[in-house]
Amino acid sequence: MELFIEGIVKAWNLIVSLDAEVLAVTMLSLKISCTATLASLFIGIPVGVILALSDFFGRRLAISLVNTGMGLPPVVVGLFVTLFLWRNGPLGFLEILYTPSAMILAQAVIATPIVTGITVASIQNLPANLKLQIQALGATRLQTVWILVREARLPLLAAVMAGFGGVISEVGASIMVGGNIKEQTRVLTTATVMETGKGNFDVAIALSLILMVLAFSVNYLLTVIQQRERPR
Amino acid sequence: MSNIDPLLEIRDLSVVRGGSRVLQIPSFVLHSNETVALIGPNGTGKSSFLLALAGLLPLESGDIFFRQQPIVPGFASTDYRRKLAMVFQEPLLFDTTVFDNVAVGLKLRHLGRREINERVKSCMDRFRITHLADRSARKLSGGEAQRTSLARAFATNPEIVLLDEPFVALDPPTRQALSDDLEMVLRESGTTAILTTHDQLDCLRLADRVVVMQHGEIVQSGTTSSINNHPANEFVATFVGMENIFTGTVTDSDNGLFSVSVAGQIMEIMGDGAPQESVVICIRPEHVAIALTNPEAKTSTRNIFPCTVVKIVQLGLFTKVYLDCGFSLVSSITNQSLDNLLLKPGAQVFASFKATAVHVFRKG
Repeated sequence: MELFIEGIVKAWNLIVSLDAEVLAVTMLSLKISCTATLASLFIGIPVGVILALSDFFGRRLAISLVNTGMGLPPVVVGLFVTLFLWRNGPLGFLEILYTPSAMILAQAVIATPIVTGITVASIQNLPANLKLQIQALGATRLQTVWILVREARLPLLAAVMAGFGGVISEVGASIMVGGNIKEQTRVLTTATVMETGKGNFDVAIALSLILMVLAFSVNYLLTVIQQRERPR
Repeated sequence: MSNIDPLLEIRDLSVVRGGSRVLQIPSFVLHSNETVALIGPNGTGKSSFLLALAGLLPLESGDIFFRQQPIVPGFASTDYRRKLAMVFQEPLLFDTTVFDNVAVGLKLRHLGRREINERVKSCMDRFRITHLADRSARKLSGGEAQRTSLARAFATNPEIVLLDEPFVALDPPTRQALSDDLEMVLRESGTTAILTTHDQLDCLRLADRVVVMQHGEIVQSGTTSSINNHPANEFVATFVGMENIFTGTVTDSDNGLFSVSVAGQIMEIMGDGAPQESVVICIRPEHVAIALTNPEAKTSTRNIFPCTVVKIVQLGLFTKVYLDCGFSLVSSITNQSLDNLLLKPGAQVFASFKATAVHVFRKG
């Protein structure tokens, strides 16, 4: 217990003193996870809309795969991204293994099925006749999709939250494709693992606190937006 | 009307949804400024028919012509879809203000802000929702929401409006008020319209022509009174409230009057019948009169049957009296008549109807 309280006190000091190393790790975490989430939105929302609205052979299989992908273990993603980026791998020529780019790639792979799955559900949860009503008002295909996405904007915010929450907190893939290299690929989660291993509980606690505050702030912001527009 | 080119024409239309054929319509014609009511039981294809006309359903076969031009359903026909508007049972409003909802169709057509403003305002005015312009669509009552939905449809000045049971989810007073306003807008704008409904009153008030559907097919088309008084078959007869339907055999025919034997009793009917022919005869309950004494002396009514009152059911302004005359007969009388006659179950009375009140169709 003493260890715990001592750790918290030290952690607090590290945070309020704006420790340079802790700050750098935090900023890198944010940069990587935000970029990965953004990338997953660019891919996941269009794919989700297509899966929700179109009718093709294998659509159910595709949706099942996406839903399975929502629970993809980060270590598995890490393993396969590593294999792809390995010097002799199919994407080895990119030479990005053990760089933040590789971490963004891995995190985007984790977040994309989450965003896609929630997008499919959000669009399919709209009233069944809404698409027909939009068409009946004279919308082109593109206008129809645009209005449907706009109508699903609140549940889609959940997709952003779930995607970001999933990647900011994962450690398996980041440590495998990033390597936890100091000042290069060290992020909050990988640093926490390392400091805990070294017995530096105070630093580990500080990093965990920052991680939780970050996750909370981003979700709080999005929740406020969501709830403000909620039907009353 | 038949010498004018139709606004919309359908030939050999067939639509399959979810693996089963829901529509099979050899021909249907809609003329300008006409209001048509589609009636029929639930699940009979009325909504599918409207969706098909709106170009929103893939056709298995058949053609739709708008002013003689063939239409391809789906997104290919944006130009055609922009000439129509459709209102569904649910208001299906967008998550924005009433004003923006009414403006949606106009924005999709990339009209200028000024024109959008003018048209939205005039349309909100016609449907009496101007005071709600800035309100969120989520905070509207059922009636207000359906008004917004109607205004949104009419804002685009459509050539044809398709209304899929637009009042079905509303309470009676709201329904009445909205149907009044819709009638006004339809008359003023002269918009051609097709509406599906269950309500006989909607047909009477709004429709120039009634089309009865059953199992995805059109079984009868005509004016409200012709459908009510001369149903094409037993199904239509039942659907329009002809509760007295009997099968009988023609016994005698003479001079535009023929006799039919029903359960051993003879009824006289205006028209021609071949002896021994089997026929179905229908009488509307409103056309069956009840008297305490035999009315033979003071009326020209041919069909008078002594009978026993079985059951009395009061339905608002009217009362249904179930009679046993050797065959079952239902009469619909006003509550005032009920009070005057002092009817009770078991009472002996005389039921009568005119030879002209009977509608006959041949079996088969």
